[in-house]
Amino acid sequence: MDWLLQQLINGLALGSIYALIALGYTMVYGVLRFINFAHADVLMLGAYAAYFLAPAVSAVFPLPSVTGALIIVLAASLICACIGMLIEFLAYRPLRSRPKLTVLITAIGVSLFIEFTCQHKAVFGADTKPFPKLLPATDFHIAGLVVSSNDLVVVLVTALLLAGMWFIVQKTKIGTAMRAVSFNQQAAALMGVNINRIISFTFGLGSALAAIAGILYALKAPGIEPLMGVQPGLRAFVAAVLGGIGNLPGAALGGLLLGLLETFAGGISGLSNYRDGIAFAILILILLFKPAGLLGKATVEKV
Amino acid sequence: MSQPLLTLDKATIKFGGLTAVGDFSLQVHANELVGLIGPNGAGKTTAFNLITGVYQPTDGTIHFAEKRIAGMKPHDLTKLGIARTFQNIRLFGSLNVFDNVRAATQLHRSHGIRSALWRGKGFHHGEREVEKQVLELLDIFDLAKLRDEEAKSLPYGDQRRLEIVRALATKPKLLLLDEPAAGMNPTEKEELMKLIQFIKDKFKIAIMLVEHDMKVVMGICEKIAVLEYGKKIAEGTPDEIQKNPKVIAAYLGTGEDEDA
Amino acid sequence: MKLEGSKRWLIAGIAIAVLVSMFSAQFNRYYLGIAIDCGISIILAVSLNLINGHTGQFSLGHAGFMAVGGYTAAKLSLVCSPLVPESLRPLLFLLALVVGGLASAVAGLGVGIPSLRLKGDYLAIVTLGFGEIIRVIVQNMESVGAASGLKGIPKDTTLGWTFGLAAITVYVVAALVNSTYGRGFIAVNDDEVAASSMGINPVRYKVTAFVTGAFFAGIAGGLYAHHKQFLSPTGFDFLKSIDIVVMVILGGMGRTAGVIIAAILLTLLPEVLRQFADYRMIIYSLLIIALMLTRPQGLFTFGRAKKGAAEV
Repeated sequence: MDWLLQQLINGLALGSIYALIALGYTMVYGVLRFINFAHADVLMLGAYAAYFLAPAVSAVFPLPSVTGALIIVLAASLICACIGMLIEFLAYRPLRSRPKLTVLITAIGVSLFIEFTCQHKAVFGADTKPFPKLLPATDFHIAGLVVSSNDLVVVLVTALLLAGMWFIVQKTKIGTAMRAVSFNQQAAALMGVNINRIISFTFGLGSALAAIAGILYALKAPGIEPLMGVQPGLRAFVAAVLGGIGNLPGAALGGLLLGLLETFAGGISGLSNYRDGIAFAILILILLFKPAGLLGKATVEKV
Repeated sequence: MSQPLLTLDKATIKFGGLTAVGDFSLQVHANELVGLIGPNGAGKTTAFNLITGVYQPTDGTIHFAEKRIAGMKPHDLTKLGIARTFQNIRLFGSLNVFDNVRAATQLHRSHGIRSALWRGKGFHHGEREVEKQVLELLDIFDLAKLRDEEAKSLPYGDQRRLEIVRALATKPKLLLLDEPAAGMNPTEKEELMKLIQFIKDKFKIAIMLVEHDMKVVMGICEKIAVLEYGKKIAEGTPDEIQKNPKVIAAYLGTGEDEDA
Repeated sequence: MKLEGSKRWLIAGIAIAVLVSMFSAQFNRYYLGIAIDCGISIILAVSLNLINGHTGQFSLGHAGFMAVGGYTAAKLSLVCSPLVPESLRPLLFLLALVVGGLASAVAGLGVGIPSLRLKGDYLAIVTLGFGEIIRVIVQNMESVGAASGLKGIPKDTTLGWTFGLAAITVYVVAALVNSTYGRGFIAVNDDEVAASSMGINPVRYKVTAFVTGAFFAGIAGGLYAHHKQFLSPTGFDFLKSIDIVVMVILGGMGRTAGVIIAAILLTLLPEVLRQFADYRMIIYSLLIIALMLTRPQGLFTFGRAKKGAAEV
C-alpha cells in the first residue's frame, strides 16, 4: 500500500511536468494543425536560461529562496517566449501555406539545429551540468511516505498554470481569438482577428510553459544537458495525443495519466528497460484505436 | 420492364442526430438517364456517396446488378460497374492526362505486380493494349492531343471531360455524374448535354446525374427524383416534375425565403 | 523493343558492378568503403522513395526496417558461417541478405497495416514510434548483443554485391511504378478517394509500398552489417531515419534519378566535411531548414510531365 501511494505521488509530480509540456504542444497544434518538434528543445533552453541566470540573481537574492526562484522562472519564461516566437517567425510562418509535411520536416530541422548547436563546446557543451538549487527543498515524512517539497511545488505550480491557461483561453479576448483560429483560420481572419499575432502569442505562451516545465524538470534531474528535452518532450507529446491533441484539458489529463503509467511501470522490474518503448507503444495504440484521444472529437472528411 | 440495375430501398444515413438521407427508394434501369435534383444540402451528393460505398447506409438496402452492395468498399463497387465523377474535380494532380485515364484501367487488367516486375511478353502486350484503349477513349472526347499535359494545368472544361473519360475507363455499367455542369457557360452546357447523351448511346450505360442547372436536367433526363432535406419528395418525367407543386415549393419556398 | 531496355539496364548494371568488384583489391580501402556506403544509401533512399515519394506515406521509421534486416542477416551469418565451407560462403551471404529482407518485409507489414488510416503528421509519428520500438527491442535482446552491439560479422559485402543489389532495387521500384499497375501508387498519393472510386484499392497499394520498401531496407541493413562488421542499436535511431528522409526530399519525392544523386551526395558530404566534423550536424540541420524554406520540391527536379507510355 505504501509503495502504491509513493508511486502515486511520484507519478503525479512527473505527470504534472508532462502536462505542462503537453499544453504547449496541444496549443500550437490547435492553432496551426502541426506538431512543433522543436518544443522539447525550448524546455532545455529554459533550464539553461535558469542555469545562467542563477549566479546573477543569487547576488541579489541568495539562492535557494522563493523570491530568487520566482525571478529566475519569470525571466527564463520570458526569454523562451521570445525564442519561441522567433522560431515561429523565421521558420514556420514562411511555410504557412505549404503542405503540412514540409513544416513538419522544418520543425525537425529546427529541433536538431538547436540540439546540435547547444552541444557544441562554444555554446553549452555536451556535458551534463549540475542544476542550481533554486528552492529550499525538504522532505516531508507523512505516514511513512516521503514527499519532497519539490514535488509539491511541481504539482502546485502546474495546477496554478493550468488554471491560468484555462482562464486565458476561456475568459479573455485573446483566448477567444485563439479558439476561433483553431476552429477556422479563414473565418477568424475575416472576423478581424490578426492571425499572425494570435499564432505568435500562442507560441510565446507555449514556450513560456515549456521553460517553466524545463526548470521544474531540472530541479529533480541529475543535471542538465542539451538533449535533456528529447525524452520528456516525447512523453509529453504522447500525453497530448492521448488526451486529444488540440484539447487543453486533454493535454493535462494525458500528462497526468502518462506520468502515473510510467512511474508504475518503472517500478515493475523487467519493464523498466522498455520505458522508452512503452511511451511509443501507447502512442501507436491510441492513434490506432482512438485517434481523437480520450477527450478529443473525431472529424469527418467531406467528400 | 427489365430488372433494375440499381435499387435503393429505403436507404438511410444518419450522422449523429442529422438524417442526411432518409428512406430513399429509387430504381435505375440499364441504359437509363436519371436525374437527382433538390435544393442545396438536400443530400444529393450524400446519396451518391452511399451508392459508391464512400458512406455505409445506417438503414435500408442498396442492390446493384442483383447484389447487396451496402458495406462494400468503393474500389470493389467500381469493379462491379459503378463509376463516378466528383463535385469538386478530383483528378490525379501529379499525373498527366494519359496516366489519369491509364490508372483507371488497372482494375480490369490481368497483368499486375508480378508481370510489371518480370516484364515478359505478356506484360508488354498488356501495356500496349492499355495504351490503345486509353488513346481510343481520349480520342473520342477530343483529349488525345493533350495526353502529355499535366492534368491540373488543363482548362476547367477539359478537366471535367477528363474526369468523365477516366470514369469511363473503368468500364462501368452505371456512371454517376456529380454536378458536371458546374462552372460552365451556356455553350459549354449545351455541349455537355450532347456529350452525356452521346455517352449513354455509345457505351450503353446507365447514367445518374446530380445537377442544379434545370435546363440540363430537364433537357436530357428520362426520369428525375427530387430530394429535400434528405427525403424524396417527387419522382417522374421532366414534365411531371416541373408541374409538381411540392417540387416548386421546395425550390421557391412557400412565401418565405428558401434556405441556401 | 523500347520497353525491353529496362531489363537490359538492369543486367548491364549488375554486370558492371560485378566486373568492377573484381578489381576492387586495387582500390584504396577508404574510397572503396565510401563507395559501398553510397551503394547502401542508394538502396535505402530508393526503397523509402517508394513509400514516401511515390505513395505519399510519410514514413519516419525506415531505420527500423534496416535494423531488422541487418540484425537478422548478421545473426544468421554468425550462426551458420562456421558450418559452411568457404566455397559456399557467397551463397550463405545471399541467403542471409534475403532472409534479412524478408524479416524486414514482415516488419513492414506490421507497420503498414495499422498505419493505413493515418495521414500526414500522425502517420509520421506512428512510423517514428515503430522505428524507436524496434530499436528499444533490439537494445534489450541479449542474443544480438543488446546495447553493446553485435561484433565480428564476416566481411562479405563487396562493391559487386552492393551495386548489383542497388541496381536491382532501382529496377524493382522503377519497374513497379512505371507500369499501369504502378500508376496506382501515385493515384493513391494524389487523391485516395478518387483512386478508390477508380477501382484502385488504397490499402493494397499502401501495404505493398511498405512491404517492398521495408524488404530493400532490410537488404541494405544486411549489406551494412557485413560491411562495418559491427552493429549497434544507436546506429539505427531516429537520426538515421531522418538521414534517409532528407535524401528522398532532396532528390525530389518520387523522382528516382534525383533520389539516387541525393543519396550519393549526402553520403559523401560528411566525408568531404570531415574537417568540420564539429559542425557537421549543425550544418546538416540548417540544410534541412533551408531546403524546406526554399526548395521543398527537391534539388533535382528537372523535366516536367512524365511521358505517357510505360517507360523506365
